[in-house]
Amino acid sequence: MNMNVITEWIVLLFILSGTALSLFSSIGLLRLPDVYTRSHASTKTTTIGLISILAGGFAFFLFEDGVISVRLILAIIFVFLTAPVAGHLTARSAHRAGVQLADISVKDELREDLEKHRKEMGGKEAAESKETQS
Amino acid sequence: MLLQLLINLIAALVWMLLHDTWDGLNFLIGYMIGFGIIFMMRRFFPQPFYGRKAWKIIKLVIVFIIELYKSGIFVLRETLQPKLRIQPGIMKVKTQLIGDWELTTISCLLTLTPGSVVLEIDREEGILYFHALDVGEQKEYVLSTLSALEKAIMEVR
Repeated sequence: MNMNVITEWIVLLFILSGTALSLFSSIGLLRLPDVYTRSHASTKTTTIGLISILAGGFAFFLFEDGVISVRLILAIIFVFLTAPVAGHLTARSAHRAGVQLADISVKDELREDLEKHRKEMGGKEAAESKETQS
Repeated sequence: MLLQLLINLIAALVWMLLHDTWDGLNFLIGYMIGFGIIFMMRRFFPQPFYGRKAWKIIKLVIVFIIELYKSGIFVLRETLQPKLRIQPGIMKVKTQLIGDWELTTISCLLTLTPGSVVLEIDREEGILYFHALDVGEQKEYVLSTLSALEKAIMEVR
């Protein structure tokens, strides 16, 4: 097995795993029931698939042309930085807007804590307003 | 730390310019030489040598990639079941990490691993609220990912 075949296999492995991950995440996006679970499929698995494809492209240019493609490295870094923020913001704004979890969900500790907090604050405010009234 | 990194980058750049080429290989060689010089002169810097911290960061990246693959396979297996048997939900976990940087890092990495999205952070208490794909029977899975990342971040501190 000469060098060319080995590098071809490495590139192939990266790109094929990337496309497979993107395919599976699309299937997950269709199958999962609500916003929160879908954000798992759409933001993360797709990101990892994209990074894998970019790494395959980087390996191809490195082995074939002997070029270290800085643009691809930058793309990987920026995808790494921005993707989790986008996923976090989507899920958080959904929760703040009051989107219900799917029926198969078992617990929601954030809502419990928020309600507890609100009750405490509400109780305090009511007590304060009573004090000012009296 | 930052000063040493900057000096190292400048050394690499100067090495590349001395060779009158703009390719990555000369930059890499220059970086290695600068690294060696900074290692030899580490006594004269006010901060400790940055190579140790860089090694810890590389270790964190390796831990993260391992966790990425482990939880990726787990999520794939669960979503490709003929009948969905996951029990999603929102959990709260108290971390020992403090400070903006560490909380940002842990929530970014945790959001990137499949199976968990950080929803809210209580900054004073250090409590993370995150949505997990399965908090029923396999909730230890997410927690083990969290503790592995946490330990790696605490070493960088």
